Amino acid sequence: MSNLTVLAGAPVLLVQLVVSGILVGAIFALVAYGMALVWGVMNIINIAQGEFVMLGGYVVFFLDRAGIAPVFGIPVAALVLYVVGIALYHTIIRRIVGRDMFTSILATFGISILLQQLANQLFSADIRTVRSGLPSLFFADGMITIPEVDLVGFAAAVVVGALLVAFLRTTRMGQAIRATAQNARAARVLGIDTDRVYATTFAINCAICGAAGGLVAMTWFIQPYLGLTYTLRSFMIVIVAGLGNLAGVIVAGAGLGVVEDLAGFVLGSEYQTAFVFMLLVVILVGRNLWLARERRSLR
Amino acid sequence: MSTLLEVRGVSKRFGGVVANREVSLDVPEGSITGLIGPNGSGKTTLFNSIAGTHPIDSGSIRFDGHEISRLRVPQVARLGIVRTFQQTHVYRGMDCVRNMQISTPHSGDTLLSMLRESTAAETERALQLLDFVGLYGKRMLPAGDLSFGQQKLLEFAMALMNAPRLLLLDEPTAGVNPVLINGLVDRLKRANAELGITLLVIEHNMRVIMNLASRIYCLAHGEMLAEGSPATIRDDPRVVDAYLGAT
Amino acid sequence: MTKSGRSVAAAIAVAVTGLALPWIVPSITTQAAFLWLMILFSLTWDINGGQMGYNSFGNVFFFGVGVYACALVQRDSGLSYYAGLGAGIGAGALAAALSALVLGPAMLAIRGHYFAIATLGLSIVAANVASAWEYIGAASGIAAPLFPGAIGDRAKFFYYLLFALAVLTFLLVRRLYRSRLGLAINAIRDDEDKAEAMGLHTTRYKVFAWSIAALLLGAAGGPVGNLVGFIDPNDLAFAGATFGVWMVLMAVLGGKGTLWGPVIGAVVFHVTQELFWTWLLGWQRVAMGLLIVVIVVFFPTGILGWVARRRTTAA
Repeated sequence: MSNLTVLAGAPVLLVQLVVSGILVGAIFALVAYGMALVWGVMNIINIAQGEFVMLGGYVVFFLDRAGIAPVFGIPVAALVLYVVGIALYHTIIRRIVGRDMFTSILATFGISILLQQLANQLFSADIRTVRSGLPSLFFADGMITIPEVDLVGFAAAVVVGALLVAFLRTTRMGQAIRATAQNARAARVLGIDTDRVYATTFAINCAICGAAGGLVAMTWFIQPYLGLTYTLRSFMIVIVAGLGNLAGVIVAGAGLGVVEDLAGFVLGSEYQTAFVFMLLVVILVGRNLWLARERRSLR
Repeated sequence: MSTLLEVRGVSKRFGGVVANREVSLDVPEGSITGLIGPNGSGKTTLFNSIAGTHPIDSGSIRFDGHEISRLRVPQVARLGIVRTFQQTHVYRGMDCVRNMQISTPHSGDTLLSMLRESTAAETERALQLLDFVGLYGKRMLPAGDLSFGQQKLLEFAMALMNAPRLLLLDEPTAGVNPVLINGLVDRLKRANAELGITLLVIEHNMRVIMNLASRIYCLAHGEMLAEGSPATIRDDPRVVDAYLGAT
Repeated sequence: MTKSGRSVAAAIAVAVTGLALPWIVPSITTQAAFLWLMILFSLTWDINGGQMGYNSFGNVFFFGVGVYACALVQRDSGLSYYAGLGAGIGAGALAAALSALVLGPAMLAIRGHYFAIATLGLSIVAANVASAWEYIGAASGIAAPLFPGAIGDRAKFFYYLLFALAVLTFLLVRRLYRSRLGLAINAIRDDEDKAEAMGLHTTRYKVFAWSIAALLLGAAGGPVGNLVGFIDPNDLAFAGATFGVWMVLMAVLGGKGTLWGPVIGAVVFHVTQELFWTWLLGWQRVAMGLLIVVIVVFFPTGILGWVARRRTTAA
């Protein structure tokens, strides 16, 4: 734990970790919000969430290699993933809406493996990244480094999130989505085409993940197996924040980013992912203990 | 007759709603005691408190002289208090016989004792009780395939299988075909008389509860309103008011 | 033929095939050994899954514990080969069962899909920790000791070991489902709150059932590690995306909550997978992913469920 003493002795390092944690946390929050959307509207926990992020990253990567800058690549990735989402909905997802959670978890797990292995076969397991060519900003005598691309990623995540929220609040489809989330049967009675709502919701989620994936490619790197980590991160954020709690998702996302950065520094980067998943287990166990104290009563 | 269940000053609130306020009642051993009151008066909450489903805010619940208000549901059940529910709870994927076989008393169970198969005696008792409630002909059906009324009977049989000392029945005749109610009431009386099981019954059907119980408590708005023999309760203007006011 | 007559005939057929296989078709001994492993995987999963209602996506955790425990005993104990192997298998079984006893009360208190995800997280944590822990080889893993015998004999030896474990698992599980404990875990599946309200020691039985599964999975770890010859933390020991999810899938495919369902599911699944490997090679994992989706979407009640429904509509 010598890194812990280093941290205690140099508070400016703490600031560095917190800031970079918040910046990456915005991307986590974005992906988590998409997962919460699908969960809330369709009662499906999408285990393939991270794979959509991964695919978005590859789209931006290959466009970048072809000379198209990420600023255009990201919207294209969102569009491509939107189409993928529609296709997946009509072939698979439509048949598991309304079934029990176990079925949806198993089915989306299958999709996750399918996409993961597809990416592995098509793109190889090599790590890919998109060079932004942006400089790094230095603060506090060079003790704090913030790559400009991280700021861009943060800003982009905020923009996409804001667009999504605006969409849900102002457009008719957005309102239809929110109505269906509250009560699908009532929505149908009112004439809302729930099938279209589900398809759109799922596709929007894929699009969000696609955009986020582009941001990940820019600020970090892409490889075929990064999916599950993102899925479980999103899951953690959603259960901590609760469905339908946007502010909670943002705070939890930022919090997770910070905690991960700290853990990576103190425990070493090899243990960083292990820590994230351990946190997930601890959160679930803790959440259960907290629920047990309230003790639901049977009717 | 000694008092089997002694409830003193029990209060329970959920958030801002007071479900039970300073409720007290006595259930003598071997008796059939009734608990009535309009919807929302806190009857099921009281049952839940007794059964250990949630902790109570204040007061005491003593069973056979022992304080049980801090015990958890399985512990209360193993002491000999079994309850039934308004919505039936049976093991829907298992057939009726198996439902019965797993409903034996569990206070003496160890892991080792669970590794054996059900004994012939247990199975025999299960079939006897199924016959007692009239479900012998349906014994091989999955419990989930039974009608609502049949599931209520199965739940009742399972409760008897558990050999309780006190049986808390939550609206046993609700949803049951009127033609079958007399038979059910008869079986309740027989369970009490022949098996010595003390009953505390929540009921909305006045004819049933007046016929069944020797003593009746009436709850209204979470508080104990009146208590007494069926005749006393029937003529009590406050009870009549509570019901009329509620509709 | 009566139902039990059919069962006995099937059991005999399986036993004879199992015993004779390495002699009839020696070239597929290793693949056949994995078939018995798959049967063990799906049977043990179903104890907690289909029979008890706790769908674990992390049972591979116990398998991995067994794999490593055996490898460490073999590497560090200084015992001769067979003694080391025997001690290793015992250590694997014990370590796995103990971890189930320790983790069980906290994990099995979590219900539904949260339990599924918590167990998934557990197995991934193990995979990541194992990949980083130097003492057990980190990402490079551990090599199994050399088998004292001819090359062909090694595959045969571990084939029979896994065959024996699979048969043991089947018999144990069958006995369990006939006992009152079997009734108890079914009751927990159908209505756990009711089971509690009837006085059942639900936590005790849940943990015990999970420990039985863990014991068997842990015991299987050693033989598999030695059969493959090399232990990789992500691809063999804590292989969540392969073994971990296949366990669930095979039981679902065959019909969860039944005795023979997981067996049938394992056979169909494994044979299909071997065919994919032969015909599709690199794309077999993609095909597996697709197969998972197809099974879950179109065969939710599994093969046995589908057969049962055909029979009732025909009757």
